[in-house]
Amino acid sequence: MSAAIAIHGVHKRYRSVHALRGLDLTIERGEFFGLLGPNGAGKSTLINIIAGLARADSGSVSVLGHDVVSDYRQARRRLGVVPQELVFDPFFSVREILRIQAGYFGLGRANDDWIEELLAALMLADRADSNMRALSGGMKRRVLIAQALVHKPEVVVLDEPTAGVDVELRHSLWEFVQRLHRAGHTIVLTTHYLEEAESLCDRIAIIDHGNLIALDSKAALLQRGMGQRCSVTVMLAHPLAELPSALSAQLKTQEGPRLQFTLDREHGSIVELLDALRAAGAEILDLQTEQADLEDIFVELTRRDRHESARTVHTVS
Amino acid sequence: MNPHGLYTLFHKEVLRFYKVALQTLLAPMVTALLYLLVFSHVLEDHVQVYGGVSYTAFLIPGLVMMSVLQNAFANSSSSLIQSKVSGNVVFMLLSPLSYLEIYLAFVFAAVVRGVVVGLGVALVATLFVEVPVHSVAALLAFAILGSAVLGSMGIIAGIWAEKFDQLAGFQNFVILPLTFLSGVFYSIHSLPAHWQKVSHFNPFFYMIDGFRWGFFGVSDVDPLFSLAVAVAALGGLAVVTLAMLSHGYKLRH
Ligand SMILES: Nc1ncnc2c1ncn2[C@@H]1O[C@H](COP(=O)(O)OP(=O)(O)OP(=O)(O)O)[C@@H](O)[C@H]1O
Ligand SMILES: [Mg+2]
Repeated sequence: MSAAIAIHGVHKRYRSVHALRGLDLTIERGEFFGLLGPNGAGKSTLINIIAGLARADSGSVSVLGHDVVSDYRQARRRLGVVPQELVFDPFFSVREILRIQAGYFGLGRANDDWIEELLAALMLADRADSNMRALSGGMKRRVLIAQALVHKPEVVVLDEPTAGVDVELRHSLWEFVQRLHRAGHTIVLTTHYLEEAESLCDRIAIIDHGNLIALDSKAALLQRGMGQRCSVTVMLAHPLAELPSALSAQLKTQEGPRLQFTLDREHGSIVELLDALRAAGAEILDLQTEQADLEDIFVELTRRDRHESARTVHTVS
Repeated sequence: MNPHGLYTLFHKEVLRFYKVALQTLLAPMVTALLYLLVFSHVLEDHVQVYGGVSYTAFLIPGLVMMSVLQNAFANSSSSLIQSKVSGNVVFMLLSPLSYLEIYLAFVFAAVVRGVVVGLGVALVATLFVEVPVHSVAALLAFAILGSAVLGSMGIIAGIWAEKFDQLAGFQNFVILPLTFLSGVFYSIHSLPAHWQKVSHFNPFFYMIDGFRWGFFGVSDVDPLFSLAVAVAALGGLAVVTLAMLSHGYKLRH
């Protein structure tokens, strides 16, 4: 069975910018996939190529086995895209917009029930006859989502759907997208809210400078690198006169009685750390441990990517 | 084919101008009638046209066709530039509509706008002067072909222009001269020989001349030849427009 989205060797240049540098990525059916990366990484460019809004210089992309260039009609019927920009047509009302969009896909009045369902699910029913101009930003965002779903696409790509959206709406959008996912849709999401990706996505790709720098399940990504380390903060009754030399390598910060250690799971456990402290005569009042989250990994990986690309630039010059 | 999709885009384009009819239908009619009042009064006794046809009667078909052409152009070009600048052109581009379907929808809508404005101008103008009708078929054929030609040019201009002032430039430096130098206000036989020759390279001249023949049965050139020129112009422009659309020129980056 063909993948939901298959991307092979995609390059894209905009004059001086090499926006995508030979990207390979396969998103399977039914996945909840997160596409992460700093500003300008190439996420929207990739989405535009998938959607046919931009053309790759080389490489190929297919949606459910349909090439997005040579078989664009079939590919686009299976794909719903929520663009990053809040674009709208000021001539029409919400319901008119949705009917027009459905019409482009060849769907007539028989699709009206689905449109009403979408309006209700996205809490737009009472604004259905308002002109697009009269809607708030959050409402326009929801219309964009409804527009992307109007033809019941199997694969849904959302480019920062929660940017500029208040907390309450963000949570209801998460629920809505999760419901779509449970109903069998493949979801691809980009976001700059890493806790959003962490709580929603099964698998995550991180791109930077047009390169894929990480691609793994969320769990494996969290395990990786930083995930193996944890940070331990110990509060002592009195500052230690002298830190046992065995612990100095793991010490990160020290502020009087407050010591922070970074532990590498392979070399040393929390128990050993505490034993060593007690042996040195410390009286432990409190203990905090912290796992790395996606944000740490993201920062770590994109920083490493910066260093590496800085180095390549250096060797070239 | 996706006939319902084509119809939807066409219908949307028609609704778009219908919703602002004051500006898109009424205003051009008023403009054309102002031209008619001013020019017919000033020039009635000074300009010689065909024998037996008064200048005002001669002017009416020219003004009607000018309104048809300008409004057909305005419809597709302004719709495209607006949706490009505001970004909502993506909704059409995300759909499975083919290049041909997009082209046809825009051209059909341009024809509707052109013909409706032309009809309005004609009806009101004939309240002032009586104009004979020689061939309704010729009138329809030239009005439809002419607005399709200008609708296609509007698509080209709307795709090419990135800003409103570029579109205005196209309108002022291409469309306006071609219209004014096509014999809207005069018979080209009243021009010096040199300018007569130049006029024969202007496809708008044939569209207006053929249209005028539909009223009077008299024309500067053979109406069948004019028809052939209009068809050829439409064919050539269709090829260019479809090529631009299929390459995604300035639409799919
Ligand atoms: N139409 C365009 N013309 C020129 N350059 C472009 C165009 N679109 C994107 N770029 C460039 O390509 C690079 C990638 O941009 P892209 O929009 O894909 O980033 P992104 O990952 O979506 O960023 P963000 O998180 O800010 O949305 C950027 O350097 C951008 O300036
Ligand atoms: Mg983006």
